Amino acid sequence: MEKDEVKKIKDWMNTEEYKEKNFNRKAIVINPERACQPLGAVLCAAGFEDTMPFVHGSHGCVAYYRNNLSRHFREPFAAVCTSLTEDGAVFGGQANGFEGFKNAAALYKPKMFAISTTCMSEIIGDDLGSIIGNAREKGHLSEDILAPYANTPSFVGSHLEGYDSMLNAIIETLGKKLPAGKDAGKTDIINIIPGFDTTVGNINEVKRILKIFGINYLILADYSNTLDSPLNGEYKLYPDGATKLEDVKNCVNNKATIALQKYSTKKTAATLSEKFGQDVRVIKSPIGMSYTDEFLMTLSEISGKEIPKELEDERGRAIDSMTDAQQYIHGKKFAIFGDPDMLTGLTSYLLEMGGIPKYVLCSNGTEEFKKEILDLFAAYSESEGEVYIDKDLWHLRSLVMTGPVDMLLGPSHGKFVAREAKVPHIRIGYPIFDRVNIHRYPLYGYSGIINLTTWIVNKFIDIIDDASDDAHFELMR
Amino acid sequence: MAVNFKETEGIVEDILGVYSEKAKKNRKEHIGINNKETCGSCIAKSNVKSLPGVMTPRGCAYAGSKGVVWGPVKDVINISHGPIGCGHYSWGTRRNLAAGEPAVENFVLFQFTTDFKERDIVFGGDKKLEQAVKELHELFPTAKGIVIESECPIGLIGDDIEAVAKKTSAELNIPVIPVRCEGFRGVSQSLGHHIANDSIRDFVVGKGEIDNSKKTPYDVAILGDYNIGGDVWSSMKIFKEMGLNVVAHWSGDGSIEEMKITHGVNYLLLHCYRSMNYIARHFEETYGIPWIEYNFFGPTKIKESIRKIAKLFDENIQEKSEEIIKAYEPKMQEVIDKYRSRLEGKKVILLVGGLRPRHIVGAYEDLGMKVISTAYEFAHNDDYERTTKELEDGTIILDDMNEYEFVELANKLKPDLVASGIKEKYVFQKMGIPFRQMHSWDYSGPYHGYDGFEIFARDMDLAVNSPSWTLVKPRWKK
Repeated sequence: MEKDEVKKIKDWMNTEEYKEKNFNRKAIVINPERACQPLGAVLCAAGFEDTMPFVHGSHGCVAYYRNNLSRHFREPFAAVCTSLTEDGAVFGGQANGFEGFKNAAALYKPKMFAISTTCMSEIIGDDLGSIIGNAREKGHLSEDILAPYANTPSFVGSHLEGYDSMLNAIIETLGKKLPAGKDAGKTDIINIIPGFDTTVGNINEVKRILKIFGINYLILADYSNTLDSPLNGEYKLYPDGATKLEDVKNCVNNKATIALQKYSTKKTAATLSEKFGQDVRVIKSPIGMSYTDEFLMTLSEISGKEIPKELEDERGRAIDSMTDAQQYIHGKKFAIFGDPDMLTGLTSYLLEMGGIPKYVLCSNGTEEFKKEILDLFAAYSESEGEVYIDKDLWHLRSLVMTGPVDMLLGPSHGKFVAREAKVPHIRIGYPIFDRVNIHRYPLYGYSGIINLTTWIVNKFIDIIDDASDDAHFELMR
Repeated sequence: MAVNFKETEGIVEDILGVYSEKAKKNRKEHIGINNKETCGSCIAKSNVKSLPGVMTPRGCAYAGSKGVVWGPVKDVINISHGPIGCGHYSWGTRRNLAAGEPAVENFVLFQFTTDFKERDIVFGGDKKLEQAVKELHELFPTAKGIVIESECPIGLIGDDIEAVAKKTSAELNIPVIPVRCEGFRGVSQSLGHHIANDSIRDFVVGKGEIDNSKKTPYDVAILGDYNIGGDVWSSMKIFKEMGLNVVAHWSGDGSIEEMKITHGVNYLLLHCYRSMNYIARHFEETYGIPWIEYNFFGPTKIKESIRKIAKLFDENIQEKSEEIIKAYEPKMQEVIDKYRSRLEGKKVILLVGGLRPRHIVGAYEDLGMKVISTAYEFAHNDDYERTTKELEDGTIILDDMNEYEFVELANKLKPDLVASGIKEKYVFQKMGIPFRQMHSWDYSGPYHGYDGFEIFARDMDLAVNSPSWTLVKPRWKK
């Protein structure tokens, strides 16, 4: 095409008129930041001891989950499936299930199959419960192997619901409530549910905080080691450090549960509180000062322990880093996108720093999430902020091309928008395919505040340097 | 050196020992020990169902159609028709580079989906699809076509995407192409290649007007080069230097407009036989255009290929070809001199897709490296026929090798380099074995052509000889 013609069309794509057209579409979705349920289910499974994610479906699906998770974590990701093909659609997938159990058990010797479904097995109407039951009865699946299962059709929800359903199934299947009225089995342990969180640094940070507190804890599901395992010359299919199955059995008797995400833990939180009568607290992801404080106060309240001085000092250092750097964020406009809980945390942090979360865009957000963000805007009298649910990154492009921002925060897929808008893009969330080690740095806790501030502010300072002429290229910033 | 077949057979037997009798019998047929005297296509059973539960490396028909064949065509919009996942996972993850203004001339890095929800499954998605096609045409008026790639549910719920395509194509006056590549079809991505080839045959081939005034005796088209990391561009450079006129390249950095006029070329040059032999045969049968396979990995194979192709043309081309072979020789020698001594004798295991398990062997040999075992994800008989002669006797050849077998094989053969995909990369790196991704060139490349070989050699060296690998064992444990 002629250059002038290309430019003409591109200019049109940057107009309000195009934006309106773009926001009017009803059927096509363009660059959504959202994956499907089974991805969340297999990720959750990777957090349990000697557990093989087992997907009832075609192997193309599983190849995709493994690829994507390996790309993000830069780690091996094992998962098997029943390799359903066309005749499965006709005759059902039970035979493949039987054979899958036998082969996977022989080759990979798991203690647990965490079983989930795909579009196909859902549509053909396979009943996992009866397939597993029949497999046990006919000797295709040993009684020694646990087999919790969750229905995770890709045409419902997103990776968040898939994570939730799998975790819920594991806890429901394994959890053994001790008789009421007796203290036997009652513990002082607090369960922590991180939710669909691919920043392993977050889980490590939470553990560090709990250790400083001196609180006994159980992470459900803990893949901070299995998806960040040491390189020592030996490949372990099931790396050390995952949540022990024995601990899962007793987790329903633990003192309380804190869920660090809301939208990937709804079912699980309801099960623990309603079915098992546990004290369940679903709190905001501890990103930024207010939400980290809230996390610590919740821990203090449940455990009856005072917030340790060590953490108070950390808080002081974090607030120090914020005030040192706030002048570079104050009044800057941000477009942020990704999973809802992370976005609530980031919005809160940016507002604390005097930044403007101009666009908060969530491809898998709900009305409840929208209200959360609007409440935050109201609390900070933020009048410029806008929140979008069920929108995609092509919508985001229209937004930033018609109403500019200074920076994008979100997963790697945003890089194309950032390039067109000629603004920097800090990688946060899932997936991150184009930067190394970011997922090892926590966003959570007081350490997370320092990390976020470092990345954002230094990027702005780089830009000031890059844009300066010799006279303004100063030593101090 | 005499080959100890018995010892190699023992290795294979050991690996298979873990299986049940039934599974063992199945897998045994997929593993062969190379012996050039026996028939190539009998070395391993292929293109049949994977065993459930074994962790096969294979993908699906959708991956073969959307990801491999259609995805790289830059001036069309690919709709992942169905639920959200498939399009998400195949979004920008193959490295099929394309030049051109995004959203105007180039739609390669987009993820377009009809994002099926439960109501679409229950009530059908044809209406939604029709609207989606129209919205796309309005938002991206310069797109030269819209390709509808079906995900699993489409075939299961009985939607009629062909009717929607026909209707919208007539209304909008652009090609709207239905592709029935539901992931459950076939046994791997391979059927997806075939399905995509067929859709191109039915909706694209022969649809363009050939401008006879522009025709030359040197008009060719490249088939089966997906421009991973820029492969097409480094290959085109050689063809141009030979004096050939590349009218179309399928499908890396490709365009539907070029595909429509490909029937005007004199020869088809086929790199990835597996994924595009179908369309090559169609051109041969329908238009009488001959096709020829070539291999642009490593100077030895490049030289052979240049000569093989030049033979099809006049003396002028043949002379030019000899000139460029000569011109590149010192440069290639320089590369070999730089790296061969560092890589001589290093052992490699391969598990890749279409053509690479055989095509890349020569490039390793140019560097003095030795492929001790090679495996395909989704090959057919004719691939194995083409493979056995490329490898030494005694090489273990595996079809649809799963993770268990791969790890065991590496434990037994102790390779210096494993070359495979992202799913495999970190497994072997945890074992302390250097690794290169050979689907994506590990975010490097190109590897095709003379320019590519220099990068290939550098990358193999930086993997095998990185000082970081010597640090895996702590000093106190040495």
